[in-house]
Amino acid sequence: MLQISYADYEALRAHGEETYPHECCGVLLGKNEPGSGNRVHQLVRAGNTRTDSAHNRYNIAPQELVKIQRQARGLGLDIVGFYHSHPDHPAQWSPTDHAEAHWLGCSYIITSVEQGKAVLTNSFLLTGTSEEDKKFEDEAVEIAIAEHQANNQKGQA
Amino acid sequence: MNIHIPTPLRTYTGGLETVNVSGATVNAVFEQLTAKYPELKQHLFTAEGKLRSFVNVYLNDEDLRYLPEKEDSAVTDRDELTIIPSIAGGANC
Repeated sequence: MLQISYADYEALRAHGEETYPHECCGVLLGKNEPGSGNRVHQLVRAGNTRTDSAHNRYNIAPQELVKIQRQARGLGLDIVGFYHSHPDHPAQWSPTDHAEAHWLGCSYIITSVEQGKAVLTNSFLLTGTSEEDKKFEDEAVEIAIAEHQANNQKGQA
Repeated sequence: MNIHIPTPLRTYTGGLETVNVSGATVNAVFEQLTAKYPELKQHLFTAEGKLRSFVNVYLNDEDLRYLPEKEDSAVTDRDELTIIPSIAGGANC
């Protein structure tokens, strides 16, 4: 199961709306908690370098990933996943997503954005032990709404 | 020198994010790394011994592919190597 705060969940969906009709992308920093899965502590937006075909492809520059991994290390966190959007396309992984996914054990979140509006958000866990046997499995997403409401109430008090 | 390991490959380094190995060149460092953690080898290199196409390696802030000496680049203990698999995909419809 992927655990994410309501604020981060909304933020990644908003990112997809902002970049529409292009795909957005970003990195999930957090921790893998044995027995419960990946927990997101922080979202990092990334640039999509696929300017030649940004409506249906994304790529994060390795140099940017190195910086994000360094940032994670400084925070005592790990890269636990990634997110991107599918403009006017279902929130399901594509053959391209599968072929270009290499972070085993990480969560890949996909949000469908239809006519500029975020619709569905799904997560897929990349399982397996190697490039040869890797596969995406549907992953439940737990959104920490209670925490969000508690913070809102604190803000109103 | 320190080598930073990406999340998926830490399974093969006993969970370590950073490992320290010595060597005069990047190639020598990789040899030491894979001698110390043999299971890493198949995940980093092809059967022909080439770095897998999706594995990016940075020497400090420089992409190894674009360094003149590539894997033969000289390194010191103060340098850092970062291994970072690529992130890409898309609807591709």
